[in-house]
Amino acid sequence: MEIMLILTLSLLLAWPLGVYMTGIFSGQAHWSDRLFGPLERGIFKVLGINQQQGMDWKSFGIAFLLSNLLLGVIAFLLLMLQHLLPLNPDGVGPLSWDLALHTAVSFLTNTNQQHYSGQAQLSFLSQSFVIVTLQFVTPAMGLAVCLGVLRGLLGGRNQATAQEGEARDLGNYYQDTVRAVLRLMIPLAAIVALALSSQGVPSTYQPSPTVSVLEQGQSLTEQKIPLGPVAAMVAIKQLGTNGGGWYGPNSANPLENPTPLSNLIETIALVLIPIAVVFMAGGMLRQRGFALMSLGVMGFLSLLCVAAAVYSEQQPNIAFAELAQSSGNMEGKEVRFGTDLSALWATLTTQTSNGSVNAMHDSLNPLAGLVTRSGMLINAIWGGIGCGFVNFIVYVWIAVFIAGLMIGRTPEIFGRKLEKAELSALGVLLVLPSAVILLFTAITLSFPALIGNSNPGLHGISQVFYEYTSAFANNGSGFEGLADNTPWWNITCVIVLLLGRYLPLVIPLYIAGMLAKKRQIPPSAASLPLANVTFGVTLLTVILILNFLSFLPSMVLGPIGEGLAESHIETISQQTSAITTQLQSVTGGAQ
Amino acid sequence: MNTAVLTQASLAAFQKLTPTQAVKSPVMLVVWVGTLLALFLTAGQIQQGQSYGFALACSLILFFTLWFANFAEAIAEARGRGQAQSLKASRRDLTAQLLNRSGQLSKVAASQLKAGDQVRVQAGEFVPADGEIIAGVATINESALTGESAPVLREAGTDHSGVIAGTTVLSGTITVQVTAEAGHSFLDKMIRLVEGTNRQKTPNELALTVLLAALTLVFLIAVATLPALASFVGIELDLLMLIALVVCLIPTTIAGLLPAIGIAGMNRALGANVIAKSGKAVEVAGDIDTLLLDKTGTITFGDRQATNFLPLPGIAMSQLVQGAQLCSLQDPTPEGKSVLKLAQQEGFAEQTAPDNAEFIPFTAQTRLSGLTCDDGGHWIKGAFDAVKKWAQSRGIAVPNALEPLVTKVAQQGATPLVVANQQQILGVIQLSDVIKPGVAERFAQLRALGVRTVMVTGDNPITAGAIAAIAGVDDFVAEAKPEDKLDLIRREQAKGRLVAMVGDGTNDAPALAQADVGLAMNSGTQAAKEAGNMVDLDSDPTKLLAVVEVGKQLLITRGALTTFSLANDVAKYFVIVPAVFAVAMPGIGALNFMQLPDPEIAVLSALIFNALIIPALIPLALKGVKIRAISAEKLLRNNMLIYGFGGILLPFVAIKLIDVVLNWMI
Repeated sequence: MEIMLILTLSLLLAWPLGVYMTGIFSGQAHWSDRLFGPLERGIFKVLGINQQQGMDWKSFGIAFLLSNLLLGVIAFLLLMLQHLLPLNPDGVGPLSWDLALHTAVSFLTNTNQQHYSGQAQLSFLSQSFVIVTLQFVTPAMGLAVCLGVLRGLLGGRNQATAQEGEARDLGNYYQDTVRAVLRLMIPLAAIVALALSSQGVPSTYQPSPTVSVLEQGQSLTEQKIPLGPVAAMVAIKQLGTNGGGWYGPNSANPLENPTPLSNLIETIALVLIPIAVVFMAGGMLRQRGFALMSLGVMGFLSLLCVAAAVYSEQQPNIAFAELAQSSGNMEGKEVRFGTDLSALWATLTTQTSNGSVNAMHDSLNPLAGLVTRSGMLINAIWGGIGCGFVNFIVYVWIAVFIAGLMIGRTPEIFGRKLEKAELSALGVLLVLPSAVILLFTAITLSFPALIGNSNPGLHGISQVFYEYTSAFANNGSGFEGLADNTPWWNITCVIVLLLGRYLPLVIPLYIAGMLAKKRQIPPSAASLPLANVTFGVTLLTVILILNFLSFLPSMVLGPIGEGLAESHIETISQQTSAITTQLQSVTGGAQ
Repeated sequence: MNTAVLTQASLAAFQKLTPTQAVKSPVMLVVWVGTLLALFLTAGQIQQGQSYGFALACSLILFFTLWFANFAEAIAEARGRGQAQSLKASRRDLTAQLLNRSGQLSKVAASQLKAGDQVRVQAGEFVPADGEIIAGVATINESALTGESAPVLREAGTDHSGVIAGTTVLSGTITVQVTAEAGHSFLDKMIRLVEGTNRQKTPNELALTVLLAALTLVFLIAVATLPALASFVGIELDLLMLIALVVCLIPTTIAGLLPAIGIAGMNRALGANVIAKSGKAVEVAGDIDTLLLDKTGTITFGDRQATNFLPLPGIAMSQLVQGAQLCSLQDPTPEGKSVLKLAQQEGFAEQTAPDNAEFIPFTAQTRLSGLTCDDGGHWIKGAFDAVKKWAQSRGIAVPNALEPLVTKVAQQGATPLVVANQQQILGVIQLSDVIKPGVAERFAQLRALGVRTVMVTGDNPITAGAIAAIAGVDDFVAEAKPEDKLDLIRREQAKGRLVAMVGDGTNDAPALAQADVGLAMNSGTQAAKEAGNMVDLDSDPTKLLAVVEVGKQLLITRGALTTFSLANDVAKYFVIVPAVFAVAMPGIGALNFMQLPDPEIAVLSALIFNALIIPALIPLALKGVKIRAISAEKLLRNNMLIYGFGGILLPFVAIKLIDVVLNWMI
């Protein structure tokens, strides 16, 4: 019931938000110009950037990469030097260089994979300026690239005047980014932060208070309660598909997520902007039908996954199979939320590349484990802000290629042909996830000393696989139980994070740039219609089959194997106990 | 398909096993390497005295997978060659009568002819080389090329002056200027094309190859990383099983059939008597948005025929018909003859000319024709304004009802001929440009395939509009000059449309070259044939419909088999994955819901299915997926159902069957 309420509310709120986003990014005058225009002009004056300057895919991509490099270097230095810098009332020390690098890259890539434990290892300055700044800026950057891709699909802003083969104007990267931060992220975060504060989420710059613990044990009599501007950070970590919480246990911690209402707000905030991006795409492309088809495909997959995860967690924990336990799988979950809301959160957070948690994913039953991993591998069911829809477009391109052939035309999307150059780039994107995730998983597992995981056997494979998947999908959720703050984990994850962020954004930008300058074929009766159920089902099949085919073998050595092995053990143990009973009765008879 | 073709293709399939051939398809290259590995493993097992049955069986099946793929390509090539051979046969041992500058004839072998040479060809002789008639007129039998035995007329200085090597002159003597040396004629070019010697991958084929290569790499990685994952939990995986897994997963079905589909597309075009100069042209034909058609000769027969007699008020029908007959009696034009024919059809008595009558032939000045008698009797017919002038000059009244009648006829797309005698104006003969039967249906089919038809005509807009409405074209351009076609094509292309056009005249050549698909009529001039990228041997302009279908079929077949190939993988997974892990992880048996008892036999069954599906689909690849004129969405739905969901289901059933048989045999 609550699940339906949350999902319905998300959809209802995302719609007007999507319309608003179309308004601020479509280049037409908008009512928000009066509010934000002067401030934006001021910012661009200071930065010395002409926000009207159109960019082709190359300059757009370079601007994106360079601005990321700059931010990355600053973040890295701030983290390395945090012990020397102000706003460090608790006197936390410096991070090791590899942890600092991992943390900087992790937040730069909108991933928020945490190999540190937030409140203990970061100063207020690091949390507020490095973490929070990146949490605001990086989703905006992803959205900017998405906007570039969308404009490319329609031939760029100079479509009306440009000649065939001429470079196309995909918009101005800086203008998109700044507008996304100022007009979207900040106002929304303010609203959510206020709402969360009202529910009791801390919002203070005071040093941590020390309190006496209730149960006075021998070793522990007092405890420091770390506080800070938690509400603000939680708001943006949820909204910006970030996921890095103030506290290590993330939104499972009562200070981050104290009440049912705060849980509702935070869950909606998880999916709000990613869903709104779909509405926005419809507006930007002026393709209502296409947006509805996208919404249908993503919504179907999302609901399917939610249903599977909820069902999975309503079952008893597989480890307790032999016990007479009928309630759901409560291991690693907050009693306050129960199995349903935890399963919902786990599904949505992995679909949206957010990665915040309100329960421990390590303890999910195998089916839900499979669902969370599928969400990250597909990475286009809503997905991260901007990058999720870009991934979705990549699937659309592949589906259009196959479906286009099947109706007897050279495949085209919005009137532009997909040819060898585009297919080569799509090929790279197709190979990239398996190459990165599986190769790193295989290498790491080949050297068990590197892993430092808490589980042997199949679950150990799952943990390693999950960590790299989470990094590649820029999700950031952890399977936990992994001692991941080691140079090996930090450095390999940095590589995976970078590959998982920049190639899947820049390559589609290149494809969109190439497509944009092609001759546009006007739609006719023979064009492939994208706004209908048939294409939706085709796309769905392509998404599922591609991922199924790429990752089934490794899944067998993970959650599938675990699930099946457990049920196998179950039947064996049932048989054993049956035999024992028989034996007992036999021996009893003999006595 | 005869046994000779099969044997030839079987041998060629072996020749294609060389590494240089194998690298052409990345997918099949993986199978090639896998086969070598499997053979190597088999040899190792034999040497160590282990049981090698499974390894040997795997190696053999892998080998046959390769061979079948090569066979598919070879058979498509062989069929093309077969078609080419029969064309070549008509060219053997031709001799020519070379005409030297002083006008003397000498016999030379046709192979000695050079471009620019002039040859004389008489009735009963073969045309020795492609060329253009520079003098004379002849009827020619082109059945060697077209299979059509009705002779065609070829005449110097017209748009029908081209002759083709290997055809026979039935009557007349012509002087032909050779335009293509031996080995460079259209036939030679075509034969080389269908023989596949210079077949190049088409743009879409290249794009698909890239996609298939990427998928192959994905599967290679998925399988290659398995041993590392498995060894973490102490599971040793069998290398042969892994090779089998890779080969089953990579899209061998479509990759094996891809070259055959492309060659077969060209063959099908050839089967429709269309020579495509490149595979690309056939592929593009499937994308055509706009089709430009000349009205005359394409949509209509081109000669106007009498279709109705319309007497003026107060004039009897018989009076008009009599006048019409009389003034047409000695008229040699097709129009004149059709007047007599119509009168006869409608049951009017035949007329004979008065003894002393004199025929007035049509001239550009008078624009009238008819009969005049000694006694001052006149019967004339002609265009409205010409007859009006004639009548006024003789003081004959022009009734008020005439002009509306004439306009009415013109509005129907017909040409009015006014008939008069020395006393009065009798009425109007309606001459209509008769639309070819079945044209409207063809345009409807084209429309369903998304092709817009535009008629180009020199007629006035009213006539053009009327014909356009009856023929069912989507648009028309009236009062067009020949050079307007080029502009029109450019305009359409600027809007992003792909344009096809049919042409035969020299003044069509620039437009044929500009069009994305230029279908030149074989009866047309050499310039037109050089400019177009396809030549229709039958000179049938509506053939373009067939070409569009061949292009679409080509793409649909590729898409359908790609989908089928990928969909097959689902079932193969459920066969091989449980088999791979069967020993180490007994729990995985739940995935084996197909209940295949023995892991090794299960893997062999999947491999056998994987190999056999290639020859099983060769007929489909050669024939092409059937195309119907339905909406794009329906087409997609049908093909997804058949090749997508069918592709998921079929292997479950087929592999289970193969497995049952194998278990029963062993």
